[in-house]
Amino acid sequence: MSSVLFDVPGPRARLRHRLYAVLGVAVLVALIAFVVYRFAESGQFDSQKWTWIQYEKVQIDLLDALLNTIKAFAAGAVLALLFGAIFAAGQLSDHKVIRVPSMVVVELFRAVPLVVLIFVFHYGVSLGAPFYSVVLGLTLYNGSVLAEVFRAGVLSLPRGQSEAAYAVGMRKTQVMNYVLLPQAVRAMLPAIISQLVVLLKDTALGFLITYEELLRYARYVGSIFEFGRPLVPVTIVVAAMYIAMCLLLTWLATYLEKRNRRDKKVIELAQKPAEDVVAAAV
Amino acid sequence: MDVLLDNLDLYGPGFLNTVELFLISAVGSLVLGTILAMLRVAPVPVMRAMGAAYVTIVRNTPLTLVFFFFAFAFPLLKIVDAETFGGSASGYYFTAALAALILYTAAFVCEVVRSGINTVPVGQAEASRALGLTFGQMLASVVLPQATRAVVPPMMSTMIALLKNTTIAAGFSVFQAGSISANLAERGENQLIGLLWVAAFFVVLVIPMTLLQRSLEKRWSIAR
Amino acid sequence: MRVRTLAVALLAGGLALTACGKEGGPGDTGSPSQQVAADVKVDGSPTFDKIKARGRVVIGVKEDQPGLGYKDPTSGKFTGFDIEIAKLVAAKLGYGDDKIDFKAIPSAGREQALINGDVDYYVGTYTINAKRKEQVAFAGPYFTAGQDLLVKKDDNSITGKDALKGKKVCSVTGSTPIQKVKSEGLTEPENIVELQNYSQCVEQLEQGAVNAVTTDDAILKGYASQSPTTLKVVGKPFSNEPYGIGLPKDDKALRDKVNDILQAALDGGDWQKAYEATLGKSGSTAEKPVLDRY
Repeated sequence: MSSVLFDVPGPRARLRHRLYAVLGVAVLVALIAFVVYRFAESGQFDSQKWTWIQYEKVQIDLLDALLNTIKAFAAGAVLALLFGAIFAAGQLSDHKVIRVPSMVVVELFRAVPLVVLIFVFHYGVSLGAPFYSVVLGLTLYNGSVLAEVFRAGVLSLPRGQSEAAYAVGMRKTQVMNYVLLPQAVRAMLPAIISQLVVLLKDTALGFLITYEELLRYARYVGSIFEFGRPLVPVTIVVAAMYIAMCLLLTWLATYLEKRNRRDKKVIELAQKPAEDVVAAAV
Repeated sequence: MDVLLDNLDLYGPGFLNTVELFLISAVGSLVLGTILAMLRVAPVPVMRAMGAAYVTIVRNTPLTLVFFFFAFAFPLLKIVDAETFGGSASGYYFTAALAALILYTAAFVCEVVRSGINTVPVGQAEASRALGLTFGQMLASVVLPQATRAVVPPMMSTMIALLKNTTIAAGFSVFQAGSISANLAERGENQLIGLLWVAAFFVVLVIPMTLLQRSLEKRWSIAR
Repeated sequence: MRVRTLAVALLAGGLALTACGKEGGPGDTGSPSQQVAADVKVDGSPTFDKIKARGRVVIGVKEDQPGLGYKDPTSGKFTGFDIEIAKLVAAKLGYGDDKIDFKAIPSAGREQALINGDVDYYVGTYTINAKRKEQVAFAGPYFTAGQDLLVKKDDNSITGKDALKGKKVCSVTGSTPIQKVKSEGLTEPENIVELQNYSQCVEQLEQGAVNAVTTDDAILKGYASQSPTTLKVVGKPFSNEPYGIGLPKDDKALRDKVNDILQAALDGGDWQKAYEATLGKSGSTAEKPVLDRY
């Protein structure tokens, strides 16, 4: 698509572009080198600040914390997808009695900060272990965003699809289940996965109600005097872990999208509104 | 109600600061995000690569870590002197929070704008090239104005998310809505009621944004 | 295929990580052991009935305050004065060290943890005040702290709370000490720094980004004793912070029992022992508090 925006570069432009590339990479390398140099200068790479990583207990606890993050993510993701599907169907319902409450629920949970949701569930409703409050909060918030994604996906399908389905005598539920949803989900896969990336990042808010996840553990280790309060080193490691996990998910999205494109059965949408919805959700 | 009235000294400045933080970073991220989106569709490959790399990395990092970088790691780089920067400690942390919010949100704005550009029919770009417009002219006067239409709903969601994300600044020395509950806990107030008030304020702030989105959507919608 | 390579790589990485682990910690410290009481009865205490049914006692504590409530990351053991008091109470209730579950709970979650029953009681720099008594009950005080200042050792310009004007002061977001600094105007609003925990403040102090860290002297002494060559506590407390043991609000039976235990410990020397093994190590002495029964 973007190739339409400009002419194919000629030999001179290509040469110029190569020059830009070299310059750009040089600037980037210089920038990274500068950051590393300053960190080293301020002692962030001193061996004492990295001793924490050698202890078995710390390693195991770190992995445990990582596992807790992944657990909350997995449970939250499955439930959010379910919630999203149900409320998307609710919003698309022909009956006002179902449509209006569904819309209210989705709008409400999109508006309230996730932190507040988690707090209310843990402290207000007393769900017991922090895990449940974290998962419920993640489910409701991300589920509402996903509901919007699904809805946009179904709406963006060509009308002919549902018309044809009705014409062959399908009932409303059948049209939704057999014709519209499967296509919508496929078309929206990248969007859905990027919302799941958001969900993964949001698990970090669990630390507020003492859920023992990765970021909480990082903050704790970063405050330990015996290790030289390795706040910056620990953060570098944990940031790398988060980015790696999210990248894996994003790659999954790209992979699925590519496989989709090869699949002739998928309908090319003129617009992808759901992708926009998700590009937006943070 | 008592919790709200007894602690107006928290709620008032808290929400004013939230709105201030939101407005400045909204403008900043819109500008930076649009520039990034232009980079991502630019003719020069290295620009596209850099734009893509920025978006990939920033979008996959939890916002707390971005905040963390600006509050604690950035001063170590000694690019600016933390002692004098902004003239004061709170000035420094406020600027740090703005930087974190703008840089983070810009990545999302960039994706929204880019997908908006993709909705503009190919013929528009071809026609403007045929007229001899340069790449910059074409984007600025033909493609981006038309992309605005498709961009409104997702952009509003991005901005709502930004509004809610400002609460994370509480842990980084910026007093705003997110700091209220910590203050209330120390005063021994009922935190749940305090938090419900915070939630209510957010709903009140978000509703007009949603309404604006709906009306813009309706006004600018065209049959294709 | 690529997925399998990735899995293998991850597995290998994980193995390598765990294989080279060191055991033990950089510093282990002993603590006085308590005699466990047998056949304890607390009539009419729902909390105690719950403890009995469970067979274990769950105590809420802090995990990041050296000298008071501190969790060793290499062994997972809790140490500090608050921990010793918590253990002492547990022992007199009939539960030895092996039957205690410590649960780290930050300041903001204390009341709710007690209301929810997540913990049986809470020992962690918990200042007794009237507002809090509306939600929870307090036994004690078992210690009296006061707001003080932590500064760099070579900094002689900050002598007390009235010398803070123009200085950058750091504390935890929304904490009582920083609210006091604000409301009394001890320094300009733009010089107030609020971070997530005290150790981040101490880190900023050591880097020179702030001039002073303020909170209860007991907490500050813990940090000062960690870095005696670079940091010092000013030593002029300007508030009165009686630390109590947080209990569920309506459990008067357990509150009286805990007060009895504390009184016995104060009179019998167990309190002194606990203090000397933890906070007292820095050489400072402390006055015994007077219990406030209600």
